[in-house]
Amino acid sequence: MTDMSTTADVLEHEEAKSLEAREFGFWVYLMTDAVIFALLFASYVVLSNNSAAGPTSKDLFDLGHTAGETALLLLSSLTFGFATIAMSAGQAGRVVQWLIVSMVLGLGFLAMELIEFHGMIAAGAGPGTSGFLSAFFTLVGTHGLHVTFGAIGICVMIGQVLVKGLTLPVRSRLIRLGLFWHFLDIVWIGIFSVVYLPGVM
Amino acid sequence: MLGRLTFDAIPLYSWVAMGGAAVTVGGGLAVFLLITYLRAWKVLWTDWLTSVDHKKIGIMYVVLALVMLARGFVDALMMRAQQAIALNNDGYLPAEHFEQIFSSHGTIMIFFVAMPFLTGLINIIVPQQIGARDVAFPFLNSVSLFLTAAGAGLVLISLVIGKFSTAGWTGYPPYSGIDYNPGVGVDYWLWALIVSGVGSTMTGINFIVTIVKNRCPGMTYMRMPLFTWTALCISVLIAFAFPALTVVAAQLVLDRTLGFHFFTNGDGGNMMMFANLLWIWGHPEVYILILPAFGIFSEVVATFSRKRLFGYKSLVYATACIAILSFTVWLHHFFTMGSSANVNAVFGIATMIIAVPTGVKIFDWMFTMYRGRIEFHPSMVFTIGFMVTFVIGGVTGVLLALPPADYLMHNSTFLVAHFHNMLIPGALFGYFAGLNYWFPKAFGFKLDAKWGIRSFWFWIVGFYLAFMPLYVLGFMGMSRRMEHYADPTWQPYLIVAALGAVCILCGIICIAVQLYVSARNWGSARDTTGDPWNGRTLEWATSSPPAPYNFAILPEVRDLDAFHDMKIKGTAYQAPTSYEDIVMPKSSGLGPVLGALGFALGFAMVWYIWWLAALCLVLALVCIGIRACDDDTEYVIPASEVAAIENVRLAQITPADMHDMRDFLPRGAASGAALPGRA
Amino acid sequence: MIEPTNRRYCRRNFRAVPLLAIIGSCLLLQGCGLSDAPVLFPKGPIALAERNLLFTAFALMMIVAIPAIGLTLFFVWRYRRGNDAPAYTPDWEGSWKVETVVWLVPAAIIVVLGTLVWNTTHKLDPYVELTGDKPAFRVQAIALDWKWLFLYPELGVASVNELAFPADRPLNVEITSDTVMNSLMIPALGGQIYAMAGMRSELNLLANEPGVFTGRNTMYSGDGFADQHFKAHAMNEADFNSWKAKVTGDANVLDAKTYLELHKQSVANPVTYYSAFEKDLFDIILRKYAPIVGPYESEAAELICRGAA
Repeated sequence: MTDMSTTADVLEHEEAKSLEAREFGFWVYLMTDAVIFALLFASYVVLSNNSAAGPTSKDLFDLGHTAGETALLLLSSLTFGFATIAMSAGQAGRVVQWLIVSMVLGLGFLAMELIEFHGMIAAGAGPGTSGFLSAFFTLVGTHGLHVTFGAIGICVMIGQVLVKGLTLPVRSRLIRLGLFWHFLDIVWIGIFSVVYLPGVM
Repeated sequence: MLGRLTFDAIPLYSWVAMGGAAVTVGGGLAVFLLITYLRAWKVLWTDWLTSVDHKKIGIMYVVLALVMLARGFVDALMMRAQQAIALNNDGYLPAEHFEQIFSSHGTIMIFFVAMPFLTGLINIIVPQQIGARDVAFPFLNSVSLFLTAAGAGLVLISLVIGKFSTAGWTGYPPYSGIDYNPGVGVDYWLWALIVSGVGSTMTGINFIVTIVKNRCPGMTYMRMPLFTWTALCISVLIAFAFPALTVVAAQLVLDRTLGFHFFTNGDGGNMMMFANLLWIWGHPEVYILILPAFGIFSEVVATFSRKRLFGYKSLVYATACIAILSFTVWLHHFFTMGSSANVNAVFGIATMIIAVPTGVKIFDWMFTMYRGRIEFHPSMVFTIGFMVTFVIGGVTGVLLALPPADYLMHNSTFLVAHFHNMLIPGALFGYFAGLNYWFPKAFGFKLDAKWGIRSFWFWIVGFYLAFMPLYVLGFMGMSRRMEHYADPTWQPYLIVAALGAVCILCGIICIAVQLYVSARNWGSARDTTGDPWNGRTLEWATSSPPAPYNFAILPEVRDLDAFHDMKIKGTAYQAPTSYEDIVMPKSSGLGPVLGALGFALGFAMVWYIWWLAALCLVLALVCIGIRACDDDTEYVIPASEVAAIENVRLAQITPADMHDMRDFLPRGAASGAALPGRA
Repeated sequence: MIEPTNRRYCRRNFRAVPLLAIIGSCLLLQGCGLSDAPVLFPKGPIALAERNLLFTAFALMMIVAIPAIGLTLFFVWRYRRGNDAPAYTPDWEGSWKVETVVWLVPAAIIVVLGTLVWNTTHKLDPYVELTGDKPAFRVQAIALDWKWLFLYPELGVASVNELAFPADRPLNVEITSDTVMNSLMIPALGGQIYAMAGMRSELNLLANEPGVFTGRNTMYSGDGFADQHFKAHAMNEADFNSWKAKVTGDANVLDAKTYLELHKQSVANPVTYYSAFEKDLFDIILRKYAPIVGPYESEAAELICRGAA
C-alpha cells in the first residue's frame, strides 16, 4: 500500500500546509509583539514629562544622531527586500550578499544606539534617574533587543542558505524573518515620531 | 557566586513555614521515589515529557492543575482557619506569613490551577472537535507546557528557599516595590508570572492558528462546537492580553532589580499606570478563565439533555461579544482611584453591558434543557449547580459595577465573595464537568459517577457556606486580607466560612477517591466505542483514548453536531476503502529543556545570580537556534500500520455497545441504530 | 433585632423597595449581628444613597435572576430522564421569540441600570462638595504606615488615629499618602477613595447626627494593616468645642522633626493630638513625590522630603 511516491506526496503536502500555518502564526506573534510595543509606547507617553530631578528630553535628544539611526535601519529594510527578491529569483548567492548587507546595517544601527545610550548614562541620565528615562530606555532598548535578535536570526539564515540552499522551509523562514525585520522598522518609525520628534520640539 | 542566596533563605522563622517546606520537599521526594520504584523514568521521559502529542500534553496540564489545586487549597484552608480564630489575637499565623499565604493562594489558583486546567482540556479536546490530527505547532505546545510548569515550580520552591510575595496576587506597587518590599518574595511572584505568561501567550497563538487553519473539510466556523468557539475566543484574548502582563511584570522587575522608576513613589514613577496595565490584562483574564467553562457547559448540557443546543448562533455571538467587551471594562477594578464621574460611569455601564450576553447564555442553556431528557451525570450536575449559583455572582457583579456602590464594597470581603462566586461555579465547576465528561476520551474508561456526585455536593454546599458569609461580612465593613480583627460580630460568620472550607476539602478528597476508585475498577468501566455518553460533537468519533493521529481519515462534516449527524445517517464507525500514510510530529526533548532553563532563569533572577541567568539565556537561544535549523521534525505512520490499528478498534465495537439513535431519527425513518463497518 | 434608631431608615426603604422584605427575613435568620452592619444601616445621607442604589439595582436584577434560577430548577425537575410525561423535542434548535426575550429583557434592564449609573455616579461623585446650611468642615488626611494623620487647617491642630468633626457640617477630606497606596473609608458615612503618594484625592461625607463610627484603611498595605483603623467622631457643638480645647491645649507640636518620627512604621499607634502642625504640611507631603523636582520652598520642606536638610 505504501509506495514511495505517495509518502513523498503526503509529506510535501503536509510540509506546505505546515509552512502556511507557520506564516499565519508568525503574523499573530507579530501582533502580540505589537501589543507589547503599544503598551511600552503608552507607558512612555504617561511618563514622558516625569523627569524628576533629572534632565528632560530637550536636554538629551539629538535629532541628527537619530536621523542617522533611522537611515541605517530603513536602508537595512530595503536591502532585506532585495534579498527577498533574490530569493524569489532563486539566486542563493545574492540572497546571502543582501542578507550580509542588511545585517551590517542593522549592526550599525545598534552601534549608534549603544553610543547614544552610553553618552546618556555617562552624562548622569541613566534609566534609574527618572520615570521619563526609565520609560525611554525600556521602549528604545526593547526595540534594540529585537534588532539584536533579528541580527542573530539573519546570521542563522545566512548559514542555512549556505548549507541547505533555498529549500522550501528555508524560504519560509526567510520570509518570516523578513516580516520581523520590516516590523521593527515600523516600530522604529513610531519611536521616532512619538519619542524623538516631540522630545525636541 | 550565589547572589543574595544564603542559608538564611531556609524558612526557619516559623514552625508552620517549616512544615510547608517539609511537605513540599517530602512530596517531591515521594514522587521521585515512586517513579524510581516503578522504574518509570524512561517511560515518563520518552512517552510523556518529550511527547508533542496534544492529548498527552493536555493530560500533563491537567495533572499540573490538580496538584497545584491541592497546594492552593491548603492556603485557603489556612486563611479561613486563621480568620476563624483571630478575634483580638494573632491567631496561629504571624502577619507576614498570612500575607504570603493569601498572595500565593491567588497566584496559584489563577495562574497554575485555572490556566493549566483550561489549557489542558482545550489541548485534549479542541483538535479532536475540529477533526485535526494535532495542533498547528506541536513543539511550541510542549514548550508552553513546560514554561507553565516552570512558573509553578518557582512558586513551589519559594516555600522552601526564601519567601513568597506578601503583596497579594495583584502585587500593586509601591507596596510591591523594592523600597517597601526588599525581599525575594515579589521577585518570585514576578518571575513565575513572566515565565508562565510567555508560555500562555504561545498557547494562545498556537490555538488561534490551529482553529483557523486545521479544521477538517466541512467544519465551517458556524459548525464549530461551542467549546471550540470559546477556545478560539480565549486564544485571541490571550494573544492580546498576556503581552500586557508581560509588560507590566517586566517593568516591575526593572524597577526592583535595576532601580528603574516606572511605579515608584516619587522620582517620576506612576503607580496608577500599574493598575491600568495589570487590569488591561486582568479583566480579559477573567473571561479567559470563564469562557472555556461556558463552552464545556454548552457541550454537557446538550449531550445530557439529549437535545440539540438551543440558540447556537446566539451563544456564539454572545461569546464573541463578551470577548470583545472584556477589553473595555478594566477600569472597574479601581473606580476608587479618583477618576472623574464621566470615566467611572462609562466603565460602569460598559461592565454592565457584559451582563447581557452572559445572561443570554444562561437562558440558552436553560432552553436546551427545556423539553429534553436530562440525565444527572456528574458533569451535568456540576452544570446545573453552576447555572443556579452563577446567577448570584452575576447579580453581585453588576452591583460592583455601579461606581457609587463599588465605593462601599470595594476592597471588602463582598468583593472576595463575588469573584470566588464567578471563579468557583463559573470556571472551576466547568473544568470539573469537563474532567468528568472527557476523562473517558483521554483514558479509555469512565470516572466513577457516585463519587463525582458526592464531590459535587460537597463543593456546592461548601461554596455556599464559605462565601455567603463573606458577602454579609462585606456589608459589615470587613476588609479583605485582614490577619486579625477586633469586631466580635464578625467571628460567627468567619467560623461558618471556615466550615465551608472544610466542606470543600471533603469535595477535593472525593475527587481524589473518584480518581482512585475509577482507576482501580477501570476494566469494568471501559469505553470501547469512543462515545460513552452518546455525544454529539466530533471528539466522540475517535477511539478512547484516541490513536496518535486521532482520525485515520479526516472526517467530512455536514452538520453542527457532526458526530450525532453521522450516527443518525449511519456513517459512523464505517471503515474506509483504503488508508493513507499519516505524517505526525516527532517527539522532542527540547521542550522540557527549555522549561528547565526558564525555571533556572527565573530562580537566578530572583536571587541575583547573574552568571546563571546569562547562561540560561544563552542556552535557551542555542536551543531555539537548533530547532530553527531542524527540517526533520516529522515522521510517517505507514498506511498499513494505520489500517492495523483501525481494524482492531472497529472489531471491538459490537452493535450492543452502540447507542440507540431511534429517538433522534426524523419521523417515518426506517432504520435503527447505526452499525459499525468492518474493514 | 433592629435597633430603634435604625428602624427609621428601614421604614423609608420598605416604601421605596419592597425587596427589603427578603433582606429583612434574611436578617432574622442571621441574628443580631447585622443590625450594626454599616453598609446596610448607614449613618449618613451619602452612604444611604449609595446603599439605596445597591438595593434598587438588586431589585431590578431580580426580574431576570429569579426567573433564571427558578426556571432552571423547574426545568431540571420537569425534564429529568424517566419523566416521560412532557414533550420531547430533540431537534429543536432555537426560537426567535425566546431569543428576542432573552436578549431584550436583560438589555432593557441594563438600559435602566445604565441611566441610573450615569446619574448616580455624577450625583455621588466623592469629589462633589456637599452644600448645606453650614460650610464644609475641611480635614486633610495622610496615610502613614500604619496609621492615619488628620490635619485640621481650620483649627490649626492635628490628630493621629482619631477624626473629629462637627456633626452639623459636611465633612470635606483631602487625602494623600506618605507611604504605599491606602484607601480611606468610613463605611457608615460613605464610600472610599484611594490615598496615593504625590496625589491628592478627595472625599465628601455627611453624618445624620452625632455618633462614633469606625473608619479604616481598606487597601492592604503591609504587616500593620489589620490594625489600621480609627474612630470618627461626629460631635455636637459642645462636644466639639471641648475636643478642640483638649487638642489645642496639648503640648505636642507636629513640626518637621516630629513628623519624621511619626512617619516611621508603627502598628496600632495610640491616639495622639498635636496643638499645631508644620505650615503647609499637606502640600509638602504632596510635593515630596512630585513628578518634577524643583527647589525646596523651606528648610522644613527639604527635611520632610529628603529626610535631611
